[in-house]
Amino acid sequence: MISRRLVLHFPLAIIDKPIICQMVKDYGITFNILKANIIPNKEGLLILEVSGKEKDVESALEYLNRLNVQIDPLAQDIKRNDEKCTHCGVCTVFCPTEALAIDRATMEVDYDAGKCIACEACVKVCPTQAIEVYF
Amino acid sequence: MAKTYAEINEKIRKGKAVVVTAEEIIDIVDQKGAKKAAEEVDVVTTGTFGPMCSSGAFLNIGHTKPRLKIQKAWLNEVMACCGLAAVDMYIGCTESPVEDPLNKVFPGNFSYGGGHVIHDLVAGKDIRLQAEAYGTDCYPRKKLDSWLNIKDLNEAFLFNPRNAYQNYNVAVNASNDRTIYTYLGVLRPNFGNANYCSAGQLSPLLNDPLFKTIGIGTRIFLGGGTGYVVWQGTQHNPEVPRSENGCVRMPGGTISVLGDLKQMKPEWLMGASFIGYGCTLIVGLGIPIPILNEEIVRYTAIRDEEIYAPIMDYSIAYPQREPKTLGEVNYKELKTGKITINGKTVPTGPLSSYPKARKVALALKERIQKGKFLLGEPVQLLPSVGSGYTFKGFVERPVNKVEQ
Ligand code: SF4
Ligand code: SF4
Repeated sequence: MISRRLVLHFPLAIIDKPIICQMVKDYGITFNILKANIIPNKEGLLILEVSGKEKDVESALEYLNRLNVQIDPLAQDIKRNDEKCTHCGVCTVFCPTEALAIDRATMEVDYDAGKCIACEACVKVCPTQAIEVYF
Repeated sequence: MAKTYAEINEKIRKGKAVVVTAEEIIDIVDQKGAKKAAEEVDVVTTGTFGPMCSSGAFLNIGHTKPRLKIQKAWLNEVMACCGLAAVDMYIGCTESPVEDPLNKVFPGNFSYGGGHVIHDLVAGKDIRLQAEAYGTDCYPRKKLDSWLNIKDLNEAFLFNPRNAYQNYNVAVNASNDRTIYTYLGVLRPNFGNANYCSAGQLSPLLNDPLFKTIGIGTRIFLGGGTGYVVWQGTQHNPEVPRSENGCVRMPGGTISVLGDLKQMKPEWLMGASFIGYGCTLIVGLGIPIPILNEEIVRYTAIRDEEIYAPIMDYSIAYPQREPKTLGEVNYKELKTGKITINGKTVPTGPLSSYPKARKVALALKERIQKGKFLLGEPVQLLPSVGSGYTFKGFVERPVNKVEQ
């Protein structure tokens, strides 16, 4: 038995398909949803812990791959370096979970690590390299 | 009742000047009216903190022994411009290191460049200077490889030929399949996001739209130190469409600014990287507006909802220099985080930091209140409406008329 924590990005076209159901049925794995999010007009996002026999988990991931689901391991820790962050706000349009969000009253950018799913979308768009990834 | 620069400066010296920020003046004018506000308030401070690519610094490193007339120089591997006297150079903020892969693997990271060199200099870090020369009788030396620190330089002054754009385009990507990487950030296809870059109601040149007070000699907050407006900026364009309140509805005026780099602080002058585009410098800049009369206080009371910016497609219209825009939007709408373009809701991303712009305005206010910062009376105002001063595109006259 193995268990892996994964971040799955579903392309817009397949958001409404019963993919996970199918996966459980066909490959006999169990899963635990850590977080699910569908951002209208953007993508679907699922963070799962999948468990099963190593061979079955791998086949299940291959199945997802064939459907163009992007799979990333949830192994990183994302930190914002407060000395470098200028609170410009440009990262917030790329953050799928609003872990980075603008407080509209002050226009300051809040970072809520609890909402972060380590997708790293913010890392390269930050002009001051204020988002740091730790493994 | 009009005031003069001398009268306001006298009040500042005595610590009696009434100074408010461009945000605070809005309610004052609203509640008391422009006439009363103009009588009571002496100075309105503005601020902006955003990437400004036309920035760089002149450095004089002092003479080596034996002497060297630098022909080429690199600061932390970033090439400086050396077509000047022996040990003078200019480091431009968008220059990349010689070995940088640039956009060879697209989109490039541009993690270090001229803007970062300036930031490191200001932070007091040692910089590696490499230089080459061909050697002359008076300057025989041909090579140099040494550490350099800002405190050892003779002169180090920031000289930015174009800063503080008066309003700017809101950038979108109208293509349907391609993410694009621009100086206004990453733009997703199908109007995936709209990026903008102005402090709006706090922005210096939007608070003096017709340049009634800003000109050569205006003393400003620059990178945390004191600087000066020394000329109109490159691409200064006062003759653009304006609203009834005088506010430009397109990128309009710009300023050239200069200030002592040794006084500046790393938190107000930061190197920046735009993926797929290049590197630049984020500059903190603030201008005090003297409230000489009622007309001027009215300009400073401008609000975000009265400032309109054009929406521009950066997938085709901008790169191809097509004048077509996709409509207008005001800064209040932009700051809600969502705008509507052709019926579609589009999230907005700011590149200019509004919280830091506010801090610039507050820092400048405090310096003036404490009598540490006097207003500079311009010896000449910037070209304004009616001056005939415009910004032209390049007129190409191909040398070889070969088919491209
Ligand atoms: S893009 Fe970077 S600097 Fe700007 S708010 Fe986000 S983390 Fe801070
Ligand atoms: S990595 Fe960045 S963009 Fe992704 S969820 Fe975390 S904060 Fe948001």
